[in-house]
Amino acid sequence: MISSDIQIVLPEIILALFAMGALLGAVYTGKDKTASFLTWLTAGVFLVLGAWIGLNGQGTQEAFGGMFIDDSFSRFAKVVILFSAAAVLIVSIDYMAKRDLLRFEYPILVALATVGMMVMVSAGDLMALYMGLELQSLALYVVASLRRDSAKSTEAGLKYFVLGALSSGLLLYGASLTYGFAGTTLFSGILTAVGHDVSIGLLFGMVFMMSGFAFKVSAAPFHMWTPDVYEGSPTPVTAFFATAPKVAAMGLFARVVYDAFGGVVGDWQQIVMMLSILSMFVGAIAAIGQTNIKRLMAYSSIAHMGFALMGLAAGTAMGVEAMLVYMSIYVTMNIGTFAFILSMEKDGKPVTEIKALSMYSKKEPLKALALLVLMFSLAGVPPMLGFMGKLAVFRAALEADLVWLAVAAGIASVIGAFYYLRVVYYMYFGEDSDALDGTMSPVAWGMLVASAVIMLVGIVNLFGIVPMAAEAAQALVN
Amino acid sequence: MENLLSIVTFIPLLAAAILALFLRGDDEGARKNAKWVAMIATVATFLVSLFILAGFDPSNTGMQFVEDREWLFGLHYKMGVDGISLLFVMLSTFLMPLVIWSAWDVTHRTKEYMIAFLMLETLMLGVFMALDLVLFYVFFEAGLIPMFLIIGIWGGKNRIYASFKFFLYTFLGSVLMLVAMVAMYADAGTMDIPTLMTHEFSTAGFSVLGIQVVGGLQTMLFLAFFASFAVKMPMWPVHTWLPDAHVQAPTAGSVVLAAILLKMGGYGFLRFSLPMFPVGSAVMGDLVLWMSAIAIVYTSLVALVQEDMKKLIAYSSVAHMGYVTMGIFAMNQQGIDGAIFQMISHGFISGALFLCVGVIYDRMHTRDIDAYGGLVNRMPAYALLFMFFTMANVGLPGTSGFVGEFLTLMGIFQVNTWVAAVAALGVIFSAAYALWLYRRVVMGELIKESLKSITDMTGREKMIFAPLVIMTLLLGIYPSLVTDLIGPSVEALVHHVHTAIEASDLTVAAVAEVAAH
Repeated sequence: MISSDIQIVLPEIILALFAMGALLGAVYTGKDKTASFLTWLTAGVFLVLGAWIGLNGQGTQEAFGGMFIDDSFSRFAKVVILFSAAAVLIVSIDYMAKRDLLRFEYPILVALATVGMMVMVSAGDLMALYMGLELQSLALYVVASLRRDSAKSTEAGLKYFVLGALSSGLLLYGASLTYGFAGTTLFSGILTAVGHDVSIGLLFGMVFMMSGFAFKVSAAPFHMWTPDVYEGSPTPVTAFFATAPKVAAMGLFARVVYDAFGGVVGDWQQIVMMLSILSMFVGAIAAIGQTNIKRLMAYSSIAHMGFALMGLAAGTAMGVEAMLVYMSIYVTMNIGTFAFILSMEKDGKPVTEIKALSMYSKKEPLKALALLVLMFSLAGVPPMLGFMGKLAVFRAALEADLVWLAVAAGIASVIGAFYYLRVVYYMYFGEDSDALDGTMSPVAWGMLVASAVIMLVGIVNLFGIVPMAAEAAQALVN
Repeated sequence: MENLLSIVTFIPLLAAAILALFLRGDDEGARKNAKWVAMIATVATFLVSLFILAGFDPSNTGMQFVEDREWLFGLHYKMGVDGISLLFVMLSTFLMPLVIWSAWDVTHRTKEYMIAFLMLETLMLGVFMALDLVLFYVFFEAGLIPMFLIIGIWGGKNRIYASFKFFLYTFLGSVLMLVAMVAMYADAGTMDIPTLMTHEFSTAGFSVLGIQVVGGLQTMLFLAFFASFAVKMPMWPVHTWLPDAHVQAPTAGSVVLAAILLKMGGYGFLRFSLPMFPVGSAVMGDLVLWMSAIAIVYTSLVALVQEDMKKLIAYSSVAHMGYVTMGIFAMNQQGIDGAIFQMISHGFISGALFLCVGVIYDRMHTRDIDAYGGLVNRMPAYALLFMFFTMANVGLPGTSGFVGEFLTLMGIFQVNTWVAAVAALGVIFSAAYALWLYRRVVMGELIKESLKSITDMTGREKMIFAPLVIMTLLLGIYPSLVTDLIGPSVEALVHHVHTAIEASDLTVAAVAEVAAH
């Protein structure tokens, strides 16, 4: 059994071994001097693994007696996670090096977090789920406070840790209840134990576990940590938080509700709907008053999670498909936007005030245009891809007869449009002021423009990800 | 040619891309190049679009020049024109070169200005040709972006407020429409517009929050689409974004907004609301008629007291659009013919009026009516042109303005005499505000010191008006040019709507019965 099992988890093992090897290698050689090389190398490993998983995987296989599942759903999520993590790593090198933050631990911690995420989306058992989640979270707590001598960064790390521990506690409590009432930690076992009528104990277990997941995806009302952590962490780390871990947490969320509680869709559907609608409105309304672009992006991500959850709330294969499409688009938009935020500086110092963008379009027409495209895409205005994501989740919600949810989402997206327009307003209609420095590393520039071009060109056929997402959703829901 | 419509639609976008990618610098030469590229592209679009007009067969009431390609999520890239959309396409391609020409003196970010208008043209044409709901929505909604930028970057003092109001107002309406579109997809299983036009949506009543909905799904869908088109039109009481947007927008932006963008609302009613939800339209019809009548009278009165010329014309636009919605919801041949005619004619007349304001604004940099007076002494040519379009706006027989108003009033008279009587008041009010405006600006002695050195229109300015004068007169004298093209399609539409209404058991009596409960 062992060799075939290992065959299935090989990508995770390779990445874990790579992280440990890199740690030893860096400690015994140049330490921080190797950091730049190590970051490129880690990104390269991510890309290779992502391509390997994407091209190689076939069908559904289980390892270790069902504790680890390799199906097209997990593969889809893993590819998105790996590619976005690689993109964030590459784009952050320049920023980190300039601010003396480029330590060799950074890529290694990101690699370990990524291993955790890969385990999360493949988990077939409560133990595997918790291991993956904690591996990811612990690594993320550390990267959040990477800037040791900054009070804000330390605060971010601590807040993230304390609240994260609380949510892990909730999740663990839910998991223990579930285990106690189902008598097994395997999802397939739980699925049989739950049947079509959930007992009160299992229901409690499910609700506690979902609260934990909601925390990880930063869905309201479990979103409080997000703005502070986003603001305090070094910007590349914020970019990382906003992308890969969100996909992983969403994947895990979907995995658990379908694989373990797929028989009682109606019971968890209400919770997801509530989370979805609260996140959309909290994200949209709270962002209006923000003056810091990182906090704005934090609330924006809360709102976007609301939309992605709307897909999940539909409780159908189409809903999962919509959720996956939405997350892929969301991640691409965010990488481009953060590539821009990373390079916002004035006299060599990073700024995050939205006001600093005043009349940016005059100085840097192309970059301003790219950001304009991304902002409209985030707002969900056609013909940008952000609209296709919204369309997909709307469709899923309406097919499931959740008309009111779709209408509420429509209203929330109009409220949300306001603050994206505000960014455009500063760039194009604002008053002249000594604008930002025009410098931008070629990598960040490339990411920004590529992301904007993808948002525009993607309308043609979404680069063919729709059938892949559909296949992934089928694998999960059946 | 098989993809004639796509060619027409995407020529401007191509030109915009060329400008964006290859034109560098902001000196005199670059500005000149930008203007010429835009001009050539819009003229080329117009010339190519003439092939559509030439190849169009009015007696065929179906879609013509259809293109169909697979797209995402089972959607299609499907384009086509019929008698209802053809003239809007022609109106857009005809007006755009004039719009570009009127913006010839813009020096602030000329390249971006031209790009914005070229993109806007592509999106407008796409709206009138799209035969897939989502494709329509993409074009419809994407048009907000260039207009938002046009108002926000090149607008007047209060442009920020106006641009945000414009964007958020229309965005809210359209998002509800998007939800309805997806609901239609869930019901009918297709987003194909011609198929949906014959699909019968359920009319079985149900209750929402204890309120009985007569006409059921159709009424709900109608209301969702209505939210979008009524804002776009704009209808009273959701018209308030228009005066702000018009006043703050640059001249060329106002022209496009009044002449073409407003027509999307009317087009939407004809393409979606009537054929797809005939019963919903019948249920809500009276409400829409009265809203139109109120719009005509109320906004005409509001126009009387305006001190800003653009605002006055903007309110007059709202009043004229009231005739359009009234004609459409009369649901008979004259009404709908008249509504389409009114939209086309209003495209020429309101466009020309905004250009007239632009002419003196460029000279004096104010739009206050009080700042003018006695212009006829120094600007005879301007006085003549302004008078011509004022008369057309009033609806003087012989101009195209008359035909539209007359036909819609005739249409509505057969359906609802009271609405017709109220709406007819608007004809008097429109004469009052338009003539009074003309008197205050043009007539009298030239006593204002600042106006003593004002110059008459240049050759370029006169030339821009020439095509508009010709079209206004031509359509006024020989309206069959329009009605022959649209007639058969409108007839088919009217027939379809009435059959559907009669087939459903929801007559006026049924409505009354539910109301009595």
